[in-house]
Amino acid sequence: MKRFTALYATIDQTTKTSAKVTALAAYFASAPEPDRLWTIALFSGRRPRRAITTTKLRLWAADRADIPLWLFEEAYPIVGDLAETIALVLPPPTRSHDRSLTDWIAFLRNLDSADEETRRAAVLDAWDQMDADERLVFNKLLTGGFRVGISRKLMTRALAQSTGQDEAELAHRLMGDWTPDSTTFAKLIEAPDPEAAQSRPYPFCLAYGLDDGPAALGPPEDWRAEWKWDGIRGQLIARGAAHFVWSRGEELMTDRFPEFVRATDFLPDGTVLDGEIVAWDGAAPLPFNALQKRIGRKSVPKKLLAEAPVILLTYDLLEEGGNDLRALPFAERRARMDALVSGLPDEAPIRPSPLIRFDSWDSLAQIRSAARDNRAEGLMLKSAASPYHAGRKRGDWWKWKLDPLTIDAVMIYAQQGSGRRANLFTDFTFAVRNGNDLVPFTKAYSGLTDDEFRKITAWVRRNTLQRFGPVRQVTPEHVFEIAFEGIAPSPRHKSGVALRFPRMKRWRHDKPLQEANTLDDLHEMLRQFG
Amino acid sequence: MVLQFKPQGIYCPAGDFYIDPWRPVDRALITHGHADHARPGHLRYLATDIAVPVMRHRLGDIAIDSIKYGESRRIGRANVSFHPAGHIPGSAQIRVEAGGEIWVVSGDYKTTPDAISTPYEPVKCHSFITECTFGLPVFEWPDEADVAREINNWWAANAANGQFSLLGAYSLGKAQRVMSMLDPSIGPILTHGAVEATNEILRGQGFEFPATHHVTSDLARNKYPGAMVIAPPGALGSDWARRFKPAATGFASGWMRLRGVRRRRTVDRGFVVSDHADWTGLNMAIKATGAENIYATHGYTDIFARWLKSEGYNAEALTTEFTGESVSGPAGAEESE
Repeated sequence: MKRFTALYATIDQTTKTSAKVTALAAYFASAPEPDRLWTIALFSGRRPRRAITTTKLRLWAADRADIPLWLFEEAYPIVGDLAETIALVLPPPTRSHDRSLTDWIAFLRNLDSADEETRRAAVLDAWDQMDADERLVFNKLLTGGFRVGISRKLMTRALAQSTGQDEAELAHRLMGDWTPDSTTFAKLIEAPDPEAAQSRPYPFCLAYGLDDGPAALGPPEDWRAEWKWDGIRGQLIARGAAHFVWSRGEELMTDRFPEFVRATDFLPDGTVLDGEIVAWDGAAPLPFNALQKRIGRKSVPKKLLAEAPVILLTYDLLEEGGNDLRALPFAERRARMDALVSGLPDEAPIRPSPLIRFDSWDSLAQIRSAARDNRAEGLMLKSAASPYHAGRKRGDWWKWKLDPLTIDAVMIYAQQGSGRRANLFTDFTFAVRNGNDLVPFTKAYSGLTDDEFRKITAWVRRNTLQRFGPVRQVTPEHVFEIAFEGIAPSPRHKSGVALRFPRMKRWRHDKPLQEANTLDDLHEMLRQFG
Repeated sequence: MVLQFKPQGIYCPAGDFYIDPWRPVDRALITHGHADHARPGHLRYLATDIAVPVMRHRLGDIAIDSIKYGESRRIGRANVSFHPAGHIPGSAQIRVEAGGEIWVVSGDYKTTPDAISTPYEPVKCHSFITECTFGLPVFEWPDEADVAREINNWWAANAANGQFSLLGAYSLGKAQRVMSMLDPSIGPILTHGAVEATNEILRGQGFEFPATHHVTSDLARNKYPGAMVIAPPGALGSDWARRFKPAATGFASGWMRLRGVRRRRTVDRGFVVSDHADWTGLNMAIKATGAENIYATHGYTDIFARWLKSEGYNAEALTTEFTGESVSGPAGAEESE
């Protein structure tokens, strides 16, 4: 645990990528194997379940620190992190320990079956053996909120450095639904394992945003264009007699989308398709909010299956006849994919995402402007020669999205952020005008610079009208341009709309309150783009 | 009331003077030289003899009288004395007695000793006006010796990597305190002009610090490999700082106790070094005054006053224009600790 805590602190303390990778590689080279395995699991989002509710932890910590609960609650938003607040208020430890990370995780999982008094005693006893840094890590494990400032890609690089294995091969091995219980370090990283290999997806190739248009990309004939769909990125795997559906976040979604149960009837053994899962009306994708109803559901009621059936709009073939095609040029993979799926019957839940023909960047720009009519959010541009990269790599795949929709809105509520943004007001609620009223319609958290956040924070402190717990109602004065990707009707909201990906595009210092948009404007956008 | 709260600042009607006023007044008693307490524009100043030279340096040609710690002086119908606050060299708590009632203004204070300030002494009073910059139970300071070890280990590791160690610390007080914690055998110590100017004044008063080299445009940086460079926080990330390459960056402040604040600063390392009392220090100090009435200024005043009430004091939160050790710490806050 001490070794792991030191690693966590080093990663947390430096802003330099190279220092993080070096520290992690050194850790992998020296830590015991079970700890290594747990570290890989934790750093790739495979966290142990929350062992104890945060309500209980707050109570126990305040009690142990001999402070009233309200004081703890006041300190929490200022620290910005619950695990850290607990670590800091507790009195110093009276003894120390030398248990490993794996040991402590086993300790946490044993709490699952214990009664409350046993849990309380066990947690207090654990706290009493740890310094503040260890407590922070321990509490993060305890609350199920463990995150770390290092990407998977960097972790994989560090693992490659310390094991001498190929980075791409390792990235592939780390995919899938393994847990430290279902495997060992040796099995996961070093040994051949046909069973795990059957369901394993490939690391997704990711695109960068194209901010300045495609002119600098070179001759248009070297590129392929497709619609950029607003669905769920997924890989559909047919191997042996089984099929698997994976999300980009490496979640196994097979059960969530029973539509694909017949995939093996249509696809030959050893096929992996990459594409976008969308709700489908028979001819075109439905808006994202139709799909949203199915996200988060482990099982799908019949009614919803009928209302919002999904298909895979596929655009890449990663494996054919069991052979990894990722090194082939995109144009070649795409041709093979078309040959494979173009002859499928209508009842197959798989359609090729059409290639868009264009002869110049100008004509493509014209086509892009009609993306919304095609239920797309823009275009994807892929180099005809590009291999299927593991992860994000600049240069070969670009997303060229439509400019977002925008509306000018008035800030009416503000709340402090957490973590890096603790002590800054960063979470805001915005309203549109309706006669003399202001109708809240969206929240937004991002888009301002640190300097702007500092300025608005100082302003919020001076212009608070009323407090509702952590939320402050502020004088309606500042107008912000809110950008968003889509708008849909929502009976749950007072304004009657829900926005997709809202963020602050600009602080409109130049606009007085009276020039903010109205509820009618918002409903007109809903009519036009909803 | 012995002391009143006016738009200009804390006022004593019996002696017709203000303490650390933020608007120009005739007579100002100043707890210490930081800019949010010692402001320009007053007709007459009074501060401790140790605080005077720095105030002259910062405020120019002011009419200033000095007083020693513990010395009693009659001003109008009030008896006034200054007592060590342990915050920075020369910092004082100001005790005011009028009509048999005693009030103490803490200024900024720190209850644990360091190598440069006269150690804090509790002063008995009926009413205590206390700062509470770090008035939350999450603020507990580590031992200075442990932090000194952390800083020196960091410096030595950077030096071994051929890096400069660029450490942000406020130019009055914090910078000299950090210098007193350094192990000069690790390497040379370089200083920013604002830090060195304060060093010079304090050295002139007999304070002893490790040898430092003032960074000027013609300083040959390659002669000082692995140096520790001490600069005001505002200079970190500036063109001035970019001349030291490669460098690891650090910041010394009580706020470094919070990871969120440290990450927002985007320095490589945060060191918990504060010139203010921590939670335990504040509570001990308040108890030691024996005061019944507590006024909380700059910091988490509402929360702290509520806590004191729950502990049985008559407590009230005051709105002042003191900034303490600023959390957001933009360049303009450099003076505030």
